[in-house]
Amino acid sequence: MADGGMLPAWMTERPGGFEPGGPDRAVRQSALARTLLGLGRLARDTIYSEKVAARPGLMQGVDPRVKVAGVLVLLLLASLLRHWYLVLGLYLVSVAMAAAASIPAWFFMKRVWMFIPLFAAVIALPSIFNVVRDGDPLWVIWDFGGEVRLGPWSLGTSLAITQQGVRGAVMLVLRVAASVSLGVLLALTTRWNELLRALRVFHVPRLFVLILSMTYRYIFLLLAMATEMFTARASRMVGPASPREDRRFLAAGMGALLGKSHALSEEVYAAMVSRGFDGEPVTASRFRTAAADWVWLASTATLALSLLAGDRIIG
Amino acid sequence: MADMAAKNADAPLFLVEDVHFSYEGAPALAGATLSVERGERVALLGANGSGKSTLLKMLDGLLFPDRGRIGFMGQELSEATLRLDSFSREFRRRVGFVFQNADAQLFSPTVRDEVAFGPLHLGLPDDEVERRVEDTIHILGLGHLKERAPYHLSGGEKKRVALASVLAINPDVLLFDEPTAGLDPKTSSFLVSLAGDLHEAGKTIITATQDLSIVGDIADRALVMGEDHRLAGEGPPAAVLADRELLLRANLIHDHPHRHGGVEHYHPHSHVEGHEHGH
Repeated sequence: MADGGMLPAWMTERPGGFEPGGPDRAVRQSALARTLLGLGRLARDTIYSEKVAARPGLMQGVDPRVKVAGVLVLLLLASLLRHWYLVLGLYLVSVAMAAAASIPAWFFMKRVWMFIPLFAAVIALPSIFNVVRDGDPLWVIWDFGGEVRLGPWSLGTSLAITQQGVRGAVMLVLRVAASVSLGVLLALTTRWNELLRALRVFHVPRLFVLILSMTYRYIFLLLAMATEMFTARASRMVGPASPREDRRFLAAGMGALLGKSHALSEEVYAAMVSRGFDGEPVTASRFRTAAADWVWLASTATLALSLLAGDRIIG
Repeated sequence: MADMAAKNADAPLFLVEDVHFSYEGAPALAGATLSVERGERVALLGANGSGKSTLLKMLDGLLFPDRGRIGFMGQELSEATLRLDSFSREFRRRVGFVFQNADAQLFSPTVRDEVAFGPLHLGLPDDEVERRVEDTIHILGLGHLKERAPYHLSGGEKKRVALASVLAINPDVLLFDEPTAGLDPKTSSFLVSLAGDLHEAGKTIITATQDLSIVGDIADRALVMGEDHRLAGEGPPAAVLADRELLLRANLIHDHPHRHGGVEHYHPHSHVEGHEHGH
């Protein structure tokens, strides 16, 4: 032990002057740092959504129950329409509704199109080729010069993109785009608590609504914990970490977060129960339908019926 | 019926009888017995892990004893009674709990929603909810933060929002878990003086703390939880704080070495009134 009482000797050593030296190289932003920024952005976006829902606008003014009913009708329509241009029309209607709700067009479209390439386009992509689904060739990519067989499976005489395949893929992507767009519109223009209450009106099981409500309340705490963990690590790091170290940290971090989040979720729930929560969401604005709500619902129904009728007439 | 009401009127506010509780085998309470009367100001003192927070959660009907019994105004406070809608609503209206971790208590999108959560869930009419939210936000000086997200506030602000969210229910009984932990001196003293005002308004205040410097200001009676997870002693704050042997036993003060004139020696040390020594 050194003179410092209970401190070991190495802890009492004083550093010399501050003279950074050695070769410098620019520190590239690691995947981990980008994750950190991403977490912050997610929290900001969610708070922004609540702000949009609180703004005055055409969609925000509609009674949440009426809104949920209207959006359900339009969602049903998106899967019933058989012509791509009508589905595109439905998508454009949702964009127009977003504009009327004073949601910036770029923000709205980004939210929708961010997920579509992932979930729809990738799934639909193989079906545009004749080797997966036979059809009339639209564009021949590679002429094999004779039939090519893979065991019992015939690949045909060429690799081509087919008309039927493209039509099917476009239809799928448009349907997903229109549906996601309507969903995002509903979520952005309705305060979360009111949306949950509206779901209860439609007899969505209480347990399901409770889980949704807990997830939302608690996602910010999880974000804050994750951010703190990342920052605490960054503050103890000298120089950039190798990808291998990053991966190890992520794996360990996920485990730690799971444990912490479990303890915290119990505490959050206890705090809710302590203030009278019994599983039923309650909000300040009691639902009241006005004439404008019925006008909105009637317009939505008329739009749906006209598009559906048009779809059948075109054949 | 009238007999029962009369009996309940005489019963202590809280009666804790030989309560045991453990977290996955690790004991938190091992035979705690105490009672709290209406309108009292009680400090629950104890070292980390002595079971103070567990006991507070039990008094708020959030945890239930493995063994033993807790009574609230003559009625048993148990999972079964809290499942009854009428009992549960009345109990939640009467008892408010300010958690140590303000983050766990703040889960609404805005400060206003957070403060309105309790009154709304207790079924108060909209205009009454609005009035309470405005008044509480005003008392706690949160007017400029009303539309902000609670999780983005500073530690002191979060604590004030957490307090506002409980005060808006207007409970008769307030349970504080380490109210001054991690707060700056100004916010701490604000909380202590607010607790004083609330007591003057007739409310029962039960505070779990290990901050001995505030005990004289927040309590008329101090209960000391020992490291054996039972009550180690109780009395008026001045008497308890003067009982060095009790505080040492409960690990609320500690022996630590000092040098005086080059001679190192040990003597009991606490932070009751700053960092002072008796010689």
